[in-house]
Amino acid sequence: MNDPWLMLIVSCTVFVIGLLGVVFRKNLLIVLMSIELMLNAVNLSFVTFSRLHHSLEGQLSVLFVMVVAAAESAVGLGLVIALFRTLKTADSDQIQMLRD
Amino acid sequence: MDWSFLAFIAFSTIAILGSLMVILQKTPVSSAFSLVLVFFSFSGLYALLGAHFLAALQILVYTGAIMVLFVFVIMLLGQDEPTTDLKESSLLFKGVATLGAFGLLSILLQAVFSAREITGAGVYTDEKIAEGGGNLRSIAEVLFKDYIFHFELVSFLILAAIVATVALAKRKNFNEGESS
Repeated sequence: MNDPWLMLIVSCTVFVIGLLGVVFRKNLLIVLMSIELMLNAVNLSFVTFSRLHHSLEGQLSVLFVMVVAAAESAVGLGLVIALFRTLKTADSDQIQMLRD
Repeated sequence: MDWSFLAFIAFSTIAILGSLMVILQKTPVSSAFSLVLVFFSFSGLYALLGAHFLAALQILVYTGAIMVLFVFVIMLLGQDEPTTDLKESSLLFKGVATLGAFGLLSILLQAVFSAREITGAGVYTDEKIAEGGGNLRSIAEVLFKDYIFHFELVSFLILAAIVATVALAKRKNFNEGESS
């Protein structure tokens, strides 16, 4: 790959698609998946800049981002399960317990 | 037009189309499998960039652990009926959000291409990595020499996540308060 700049276009596009998924979708599982998509897009730009700058810190950051993503999805899915147990739904617009 | 460029075109097309499918599919199961496709193509892109360790780790951690967790939760919740939430939101909201997304995309692309003049300043060129024993050995040297404190901190984060997940997954009804 002699021109890594094209990777950054892919990274930006996937990031914006993930953002649109977070904004549009109501199902919390799909919202979590869109967050994973955004984290992956950022990882790709980390790796690209790490190659462009001839340093390995970018790849190390991806390692740490992967750890944070794993922790985030575990806690997020635990939250979705707890929510489903209470409300019998996984839609984000049904969460209005403070209003009642 | 060499081999790696063709591979890049294939992987990036699969990545973008797959991520569009993630947010446009009606059932969470098909979104999850589109996401697996995206993760695999990202792994290919990492390999093209010379990050072989991360390419392996992407498949191991993301498709091996996180996606299995997602599919397991989808199975547990029985979320397999198609949703209509894409049609329910108003046209104005959709238009404004899409316009905002395109604005953000153009700002991001402009920011990225304004950084084009920055040239490589680090010491880890391809030749240095190859002579130092490969990608994984170079990463391990940097990680365990300079970033060992961060590495240990991240293990605390994992511990906190385990405790939080166990606390969340314990059977506790919201309406009844503390009953177990």
